[in-house]
Amino acid sequence: MVRSLLIRGMLVGFVAGLLVFGFAKIFGEPQVDRAIAFETAMDDAKMKADAAKGIHDRPEPELVSRPMQASFGLLTGVMVYATAFGGLFALVFAFANGRATKLGPRAVSALLALTGFVAFYMVPNLKYPANPPSVGHPDTITIRTELYFAMMALSIAAMAVAAVLRKRLAPKLGVWEAAIISGAVYIVAVMVVAAILPPINEVPSDFPAVVLWHFRVDSAAMQIIMWAVLGLGFGALTERSFIAKGLYRPRLTPALVWR
Amino acid sequence: MSDKAIGSDVVSAPIPVREILPWIIFGALMLLAIYFVGAEEGATSLIKGMYVHEWVHDSRHLLGFPCH
Ligand SMILES: [Zn+2]
Repeated sequence: MVRSLLIRGMLVGFVAGLLVFGFAKIFGEPQVDRAIAFETAMDDAKMKADAAKGIHDRPEPELVSRPMQASFGLLTGVMVYATAFGGLFALVFAFANGRATKLGPRAVSALLALTGFVAFYMVPNLKYPANPPSVGHPDTITIRTELYFAMMALSIAAMAVAAVLRKRLAPKLGVWEAAIISGAVYIVAVMVVAAILPPINEVPSDFPAVVLWHFRVDSAAMQIIMWAVLGLGFGALTERSFIAKGLYRPRLTPALVWR
Repeated sequence: MSDKAIGSDVVSAPIPVREILPWIIFGALMLLAIYFVGAEEGATSLIKGMYVHEWVHDSRHLLGFPCH
């Protein structure tokens, strides 16, 4: 059972990855290129200024060419990421289905993807937004990575606590009240965390604002595509399989649901 | 025969935790894969050099991870 869910999750993640790659290639890459053009212009200016002072900087060696990074490199990263998230999603679904709520597999899958998007990406990125190349000092990469992962871990932990709280409160307060209260608890918890963690702002003062805006919108859109395909695709396939195996019987018979 | 069955949904019984636990190892593998895309050869490094970082560079930026 868990095995088939895991395989399905990874397959749906793989398909999601292909769509995310297509979007990133068409919409995200032009922003990356613009950011790198800005970076190159900055580096050239610095090199010229240093050369005038008699200092000769050596340009950074290029291990992977830009066309390679923007095609197969991007494809590899996105596919590994989406397939891995598909697998993780399936394992969390295996635990949550029939436990977290009494909803059917499709609804559980859709809600799980929504909370996953909020906890893994949306909230951590509201505190530490995605940045294109040339935004961020190489010297601060360690602290920036630690803070980002800390924000993500605490957001996920708060979401898990909120899910348990919702289930505990539901019999006493009703499902809507329980969901609203536990949702509010999650929001307050991540606001406290975000207020405590230090801010990071390393955007160069003359970096084009439009490029930054488009880059961040495209980054968010990639995540929305991935989580939507995971939640809706995995849910649809799993519900159909559960009905076929007699593991789940919806209020409406399959003939009506799948008409 | 009516198409509509009156009554509540019959929810599948939860999968026993002991059945899920052995698969946690795959969850750890998934996290390792995400780590390689998101942070390897950046803040920390399991493999020497910068090749992995350079190869997944664009996806690292676009997926929201901190980079250079
Ligand atoms: Zn970078």
